Amino acid sequence: MADENGKVAVQTGLVFPGGSSLSEVERAVPSDEPPPWPLNAELSVVGKPFPRLDGPLKVTGAATYTADVRLPGMLHARVIRSPHPHARVKNIDVTAAERHPAARAVHVLEHMRGGAKLRDPKQETPSKFPIVRYVGQPIAAIAAATPADAEEVMRLVKVDYEVLPFVVDLEEARKPDAPRVFPGATEQPATAGGGGAVPNVPQQGNVRGPTKTGPLGPPRGDVEKGFEEAEITVENTFRTAVQTHSALETHGVVADWKPEVLTVYASTQGTSTVRDELAEVFGLPKGKIRVVTEFMGGGFGSKFGIGNFGVLAVHLSKKASAPVRLMLDRKEEHVNGGNRPSSVQRLRVGAKKDGSLTAIHLTSWGTGGTATGAGAGNVAKNMYACPNILIEESDVFTNAGPAAAFRAPGHPQGAFALEQVIDELAEKLGMDPLALRDKIDIDEDLGGRNVDSAARRMERKIGSQKFDWARRKPAGSDRGPVKRGLGVAQSIWYRFIDLDASCEVRLLRDGTVEVLSAVQDIGTGIRTALAQVVAEELGLQPKDITVRVGDTAFPAGVPSGGSRTTGSITPAARNAAHEVRRRFLADVAASMGARPEALSLKGGKVLLGDDGGRGIPFRSAAAKLKTEQITASRSRAHDYGGFAPGRPGMNMGIGGFGGVQFAEVTVDTETGIIKVERVVAVHDCGRPINPLALESQINGGILQGISYALYENRVLDRRAGVQLNPNFEQYKVLGAREVPAIEVLLLEEYQGRSSTDAGGIGEPATVPTAAALANAVYNATGVRMTELPMTPARVLTALAAARKGAQ
Amino acid sequence: MSNDGQNHADRRSLREKDDDEDGSDVALPGASLRLSRRRFLAGTGLTAATTAVLEACKPAAVGGAGGKGAEVAGPGQVPVTLQVNGKERTVSLEPRATLAEVLRTDLGMTGTKVVCDRGACSACTVWLDGTPVCSCMTFAMDAVGRAITTVEGLSSGGALHPVQQAFVEHDAAQCGFCTPGMVMSCAALLQRNPRPTLDDVRTATSGNLCRCGTYPKVFEATLAAARRGSGGSSGAKGS
Repeated sequence: MADENGKVAVQTGLVFPGGSSLSEVERAVPSDEPPPWPLNAELSVVGKPFPRLDGPLKVTGAATYTADVRLPGMLHARVIRSPHPHARVKNIDVTAAERHPAARAVHVLEHMRGGAKLRDPKQETPSKFPIVRYVGQPIAAIAAATPADAEEVMRLVKVDYEVLPFVVDLEEARKPDAPRVFPGATEQPATAGGGGAVPNVPQQGNVRGPTKTGPLGPPRGDVEKGFEEAEITVENTFRTAVQTHSALETHGVVADWKPEVLTVYASTQGTSTVRDELAEVFGLPKGKIRVVTEFMGGGFGSKFGIGNFGVLAVHLSKKASAPVRLMLDRKEEHVNGGNRPSSVQRLRVGAKKDGSLTAIHLTSWGTGGTATGAGAGNVAKNMYACPNILIEESDVFTNAGPAAAFRAPGHPQGAFALEQVIDELAEKLGMDPLALRDKIDIDEDLGGRNVDSAARRMERKIGSQKFDWARRKPAGSDRGPVKRGLGVAQSIWYRFIDLDASCEVRLLRDGTVEVLSAVQDIGTGIRTALAQVVAEELGLQPKDITVRVGDTAFPAGVPSGGSRTTGSITPAARNAAHEVRRRFLADVAASMGARPEALSLKGGKVLLGDDGGRGIPFRSAAAKLKTEQITASRSRAHDYGGFAPGRPGMNMGIGGFGGVQFAEVTVDTETGIIKVERVVAVHDCGRPINPLALESQINGGILQGISYALYENRVLDRRAGVQLNPNFEQYKVLGAREVPAIEVLLLEEYQGRSSTDAGGIGEPATVPTAAALANAVYNATGVRMTELPMTPARVLTALAAARKGAQ
Repeated sequence: MSNDGQNHADRRSLREKDDDEDGSDVALPGASLRLSRRRFLAGTGLTAATTAVLEACKPAAVGGAGGKGAEVAGPGQVPVTLQVNGKERTVSLEPRATLAEVLRTDLGMTGTKVVCDRGACSACTVWLDGTPVCSCMTFAMDAVGRAITTVEGLSSGGALHPVQQAFVEHDAAQCGFCTPGMVMSCAALLQRNPRPTLDDVRTATSGNLCRCGTYPKVFEATLAAARRGSGGSSGAKGS
C-alpha cells in the first residue's frame, strides 16, 4: 500500500515465454486509486484468454449494427455527388426532386467538412456552394420512403457545374504549373472528429511543406555534420500507394431528430466525438444529443467524425420529421471514406563501421487528396538512437478524396523505408540485421522520445529463436526459380492516454453487476476486457458481468483510435469496481459482524478470513445490501509519474508499445508472385488483459499489412479523376487463400503507470509487416523492392532491372 | 497462391454455363461470353459464394434460373411466398428485388449483411436448398419454391450450430460484420465435407472477405467443429 507520500512499490519489466526480467520501482499513486495489481500470473481472470461476450450475437446475426437499425417510419437517403474532380457549382435545382411523390426531404450541403481549407477564403472567388475538389464530393442529399424511391428522387436533382482544371497524379501535382487544388495556402484545423495539421506551414502550389517539426518535436543535431562523420551511407527512394480503409460496414448513420433530443445511431469509433461534432454543427447542447453504436463493422481510423453524410442525414431527418437512414454504398466508401495517403520517401542514413548511426535524413511527400496527413517520418524519428535527425515532410494536394487517419498513420510507410535501409546497412556492414538492431535500438530519451527498447530486444531474441532465424542464408542464395527468403522488421507505437474515459459500475441486490461506458467496441473486444477487469476486482467471472457500451447516455468513453482504448478505459472500470467492492464489503461485513478488511472476494464468493474458502456466495451476499444498488463512477487518472514531457496537447505516456515481426516468403521469379509462408510476431502492449482477443487483433494487423504490401492500390484515372477500382473485385484485399501461418508471441510489459497498466495493440501490429516482407523478398532474390504494392509486375520489373544492371 | 486464382475459376464456370444458354443473348464487349442478364445474375450469385461450392451446386443453379419459361412478372409489386428457415413468408416485392434486400428490409432479418452488393465479398451468403449463394446476386423471385436458410436459421432451439459454437470459442469474429457470411460458408462446407482439410476451409472461405483479418481463427474454428463431428447432422431448418 501507499506510504504517506503516496509512493507505492510496483513491479516493472517483462514477462515473456520462458522467463522474466523484473524490477521494483516506486510510483506516486494517488490515494483514491486502488493498489497496483500483481503480475498476471497471480490474477484469476485478467490476462487469461476469454471468448468475447458478444460472440454468440455475432455468429447468429443477432448483433445490431448501424446498418441494421430499423426505426418506425424510417426514411432512406441518398447523396448527390459531383462527377467532376474540380468544379464550381453554379446552380442546384431541386424542384423536380421535391415534386416527386415519394420525396420526403431534400437538403443542399452548405459547408464541406473534412480536408484542408484555404487560410484566407477570399483567395477564391466567392461561391454560393462549396467548391468541388474531387469526384464524389457530396453536393446534396434526399430522403424518400424506400431505397428504390430514394434512387429515383436522387436522379431528379439537377446540378450545373463550371468544370475547372484538375490534377490527380502526385508528381504532376508537384509541378509549379499544375492546376491548383486550392488557390492559396491552407490549414487543416482539428475538429471534434479528428484531423488537424501543423499550422502556418509554407505552401507552394499544391505542395504544403516541408514541415520539419512534426508532433514529435524539432530536428535533432546537425545532419550535415552527421553525414560527414559517417563511414558508410545508405540511401534509397521508396514509394507507397494510397490504401482505402475498406471497412466492411460503410460509414453511415440513422439520424432521428426530435425536438427534445437528437438521436444518432452511428457506425463510429467515437460516440463522444460524433456527439461533440453534432453539437458543434447544429449548435445543440451536448445533453440534447445521444449517439449510439451498439456494434460496429470496422473503422481502422476513418470513423471519428459525423462527416458530411451525417450532417446531411440530420438535416433530412429534421426537415422530414422522421428518422433517416444514410449508409454509404461500397463505391462511396472507397471514394469518400478516407484513405492512407501515398508516400515518396528519400531516406539517407549514415553510420559508423560499428553500426552506430550518425545521421538520418528523410525527405517525404505524398498525397492525401484534399486533406493533409501524408507525413511518414515518425518511424525514422523515433525508432533508433541517432544524434542527428532531419525529417522533412510535405503534403501534396490532389483532386482526390480526403485522407483520414488509418491504423498507425505514417508508420507502415515509414517502416517500409527505414527498416529496408537498416537491412541494407547491416548487409553492407557485414552484420546480422538483428545484431545491428541490438546495437542501435537503445533507449536514449531526448525530449520525450518513446522508450521501449528493452521490450524489442527481448522480442528479437525470442522471436528469432521461434522463427529459427539462424537458418537465414545470404540474399539470393536459392538457385531454382522459386526462391525463399527471411526478413525482419520492427514496430514502434506510443502510449496515448485519454483522460475522458469513465465507467460506471453497478451492483444490484440480486447480484447483477453492470458496467456502463460510452466507449464503443469496434471489434477489438473492449466489452470483454471491461468485464474481465470488473470480474477480477469482484472475484467473479466475465460472464457474470453485464457490459453496456456504445451510448453517450453512459459515462464519457474514449474514442477508439491510436491504440488508446484499453489503456484509457480499463483503469476507469477497475477504479469504479474497486469502489463498489469497498462499499459492498462494508455492507456485507456489517451484516456478518465482521470487519470489512477481513473479507475478500474470490471465486464468486465473499470469503471471511481463513475459513477454508467456504464463504458466502456472491449473490447471497448481495442480497444483504442496504440499498437496492451500489453505484460508482470513476475516470482515468493521470499516468502514475506523469505523461511524457514536451508533448503539448497530447497525453502521451512515457514508454511505448512495439514489436518485432519475422516473415518467410517465397518469390516465384518466373511469375513475380510473392507468397507469404509464415509470420512470427512478437509484441508488447503493457499488461495483456485478454490474450485471445489480442492474438486476433495481431493476426489482423499482420494480414492488413500483407494486404497493403502485396495488393492494395487505389487507382485514379488521371484524365477523368475517377477511381477505377471502387469495389472489392479490382481493389484487391487479402483473402483466405493468401493467409500465411502466423505465430503470435506476447510479452507482458509492466510499466506501473495506471491501475490496470494495460495498453493497446491495434496500430503496432500492422506497422512492420510490409517492411518485414520487403526484407524477406530481398533475402530471397537479392533485389530490393522499393515500391508498394509489390505486385508480380513490379517484382518482374525489379528482377529484370537487376539482371540488366549486372550485365 | 493466389493473386488471381479465384477469378480464373469464376471465369471458367461462366463459360461452362454458357454452353446451355437460352433466352436473349448479350454479347459482352471484349469477351467471348454470351449471357442473358438473368442467367448472369443467377450464375454469379453462385460462383461468387465460393468456387468449391460450384461443383456441389451447378445443377441447382441451372434449374433455378431456367425452370420458369416465359412467365412475366412485374414491374410492379408481386406477392410471393418464400420459405425462410422452414417458415412460409409472404411478401409483396418488385421483381427486381434481390434476396438480400427482401430478407433485410421486408422481413427484417438483418443477420445477413450487405457489404459490396455485387457478389465480391460473400458477406450476404445464405443457403438455397442447402447450397451457399450470394443473396445480393440472387433475385428474391428466383428463391421461390426453394428452401432459404439464413444465419438466423442455422441455430436450432436456442442451441448454436457447432460451427457457430466453435466460432465463439476460437474468437473467429472481431468486428463481426463478415461473420454471418463466414459462418454460412463454413457450415455449408461441413455439410458437404464433414472432414475438411485446412485447404478445403481456405477454399470454402476464399470468397468471404474479412477486413479485420480473422481468417486464422475462422480456419481453426471450422476445423475444430469438424473434429467435433458437426457434419451434416445439425438441424438447419429448411435445408
